[in-house]
Amino acid sequence: MKFTWFHLMPYRYLPEDFKDKYHSVWVDIPRDLYDPKIGHRLYNDYLDQLEFADRMGFDGLGVNEHHQNAYGLMPSPNIMAAALSRRTRHANLLVLGNSIALYNPPVRVAEEFAMLDVISGGRLVAGFPVGTSMDTNFCYGEVPATLREKYFEAHDLILKAWTEKDVFSFNGKFTKLRYVNLWPKPLQQPHPPIWIPGGGSVETYDFCADHGYQYSFLSYFGYIAGKKVADGYWDVMAKKGKPLNPYSLGFAQVVAVAETDEQAERDYAPHMDYFYNRCLHVYNGFADAPGYRTLKTIKSGLLGQVGRQAALRREGLTWKDFLREGYVIAGSPKTVRERLREAMKSLNCGHLMMLMQIGSMPPELVRKSTELFAREVMPHVRDLWSDWEDKWSPRPLPESERAMPAPIDLGKRAVNGKSAPGAAVGAESRSTAK
Amino acid sequence: MKTMQKIGGGRFEVEMQVCGSGGPLLYLHGAGGLVGVDPFLEELGNDFKVIAPHLPGYGDSTGAELIDDVVDTSLFYHQLMDDLGIESAYVVGHSMGGMLAAELAALDVHRVKKLVLVCPAGFWREENPIPDFFSMDLSDLAANLFHDPKSPLAQMFTAIPEDAERLAEMYVERTKRLTQASKFLWPIPDRGLKKRAWRIAAPTLLLWGASDRLIPPVYAQEFTSRIKQVRTQIIKEAGHMVMYEQPEAFVKVVRDFLKA
Repeated sequence: MKFTWFHLMPYRYLPEDFKDKYHSVWVDIPRDLYDPKIGHRLYNDYLDQLEFADRMGFDGLGVNEHHQNAYGLMPSPNIMAAALSRRTRHANLLVLGNSIALYNPPVRVAEEFAMLDVISGGRLVAGFPVGTSMDTNFCYGEVPATLREKYFEAHDLILKAWTEKDVFSFNGKFTKLRYVNLWPKPLQQPHPPIWIPGGGSVETYDFCADHGYQYSFLSYFGYIAGKKVADGYWDVMAKKGKPLNPYSLGFAQVVAVAETDEQAERDYAPHMDYFYNRCLHVYNGFADAPGYRTLKTIKSGLLGQVGRQAALRREGLTWKDFLREGYVIAGSPKTVRERLREAMKSLNCGHLMMLMQIGSMPPELVRKSTELFAREVMPHVRDLWSDWEDKWSPRPLPESERAMPAPIDLGKRAVNGKSAPGAAVGAESRSTAK
Repeated sequence: MKTMQKIGGGRFEVEMQVCGSGGPLLYLHGAGGLVGVDPFLEELGNDFKVIAPHLPGYGDSTGAELIDDVVDTSLFYHQLMDDLGIESAYVVGHSMGGMLAAELAALDVHRVKKLVLVCPAGFWREENPIPDFFSMDLSDLAANLFHDPKSPLAQMFTAIPEDAERLAEMYVERTKRLTQASKFLWPIPDRGLKKRAWRIAAPTLLLWGASDRLIPPVYAQEFTSRIKQVRTQIIKEAGHMVMYEQPEAFVKVVRDFLKA
């Protein structure tokens, strides 16, 4: 069993009455709700949390891409992965991912992922989501009718850019390039493992099965509701005669650990409420642009997790409901161990992506929950799926061959140290002159 | 009367509503598509042979995937006229259909006898942005489409069927239609008509509902400043769905213009 510590990087300070007073957390959320000084602290807190997870022995650190929203503040997850690549040593960098239809030309994604793979010594997992309708259609203006076609074309181009030995030309419908010649190329050869985050589009099962990619179901409805999707995926894999290797399925789950079950409720219930009622308060009209989902998916009856139908399902849910329905796996280490094992078994899932910073959760609670999980849960669930080979994790350089960032003392500025007092003197003299 | 017609050697199978007799009149529907009960078409049938094709992707028309942009739609309508043996026709287009009608009239100026553009799309004015109807819920949609959003007509257009199966059917059909419409209208309904509208040679009538809140009548300026022979007529107590809200006035104005 593998564990990825996954961050959304939400804005923690949305007003109390956000759900009643504001139209949507995504797309047209008022800009004056964002304070960049708070943002500065949040980004740094959040990077600290991911770095802490690396030291605590998590297998992966997860980041992802969203636009124009307070739910997840990473328009470019590559920037976060770059920051992490220097101050973490062990964990894989799971970038879930770049919405590849949005980049022009898509070789930009091939380049940046190659850079991340090389900088990190081969620790990158390359995620290729289509992206939510809010992100792709409403924020980035992609025509819904052609989004998926563009996505598949971008995928073909990126793969070819990573694997082709020589310079080649690409005559796509959306991208035409005379010279494709990727410098740098990825360190992992022929390319980093590819994970495809899905939200329940049935075509994605086939795509993953046919290419041997890992399918990651990103739902915040938890493992009970998620079982329907997981079963759909395993059905497709079985029909295609593929091995039902648990590591070929990733699943996102909200997890929170405290000293006791009661303490978990006291600590985490308000943040669950913030997450489901503020971070996921998406205007229904932005949830699903016509054409974003194929007719096949619509007819399959699998619903998205944002918008009116989703909101109705979690209307008025209490902490007990969140627990019972599996939205969150929370409680004492013992409770979490048991439920997690049961959940992963029922999904046949080998890659758990855990959301451990939930909504408005402050750093000290994130640290506590993370540490308790690492010390008292993870070691007891690790053995799950030990008879399967994980073919979807990175193959980094051996430690002995990896470059080490030079140690620095962030407090000192050896070179600029002299100019700093000078500047201060300048400021003083200005104020004296007044 | 509903008919199916093979177009372009079977590349498209097109569902058409055909009625009446007289000179051929091609009617191009808006993004929402034909309703099925479109009385103004029957009325126009008293003086014209009315041909109202469902754009591929709408109704039972096939070949949606062969159409990506306004050039493809123009060629599709030209081919349709070829296959029906129509040398030139009166062309009436509403909203998105108005945009596509203007495009086909600019592409080949000899095939359109007269052109009627009803609350047409095709332009974007920063000072009068067109509301994002793709993301609207049905009550907002009614408020933007109709002069009187509380009228039984507006309610009928935006009613949600109670029967679950019927609802699912409606949702799938609506998704199918708007997916195709997104090729011309998403995220901003401007595909370069401003470069081409000057070529339109047919006498043109711009017809607008006075209280159109989706594409406000001020957009008429974009057409009148570019098209050579053009006049504008505003119909009172009508919104964007003018031909459903004021069918008599609509039919009279269109007939008088085409017959003149």
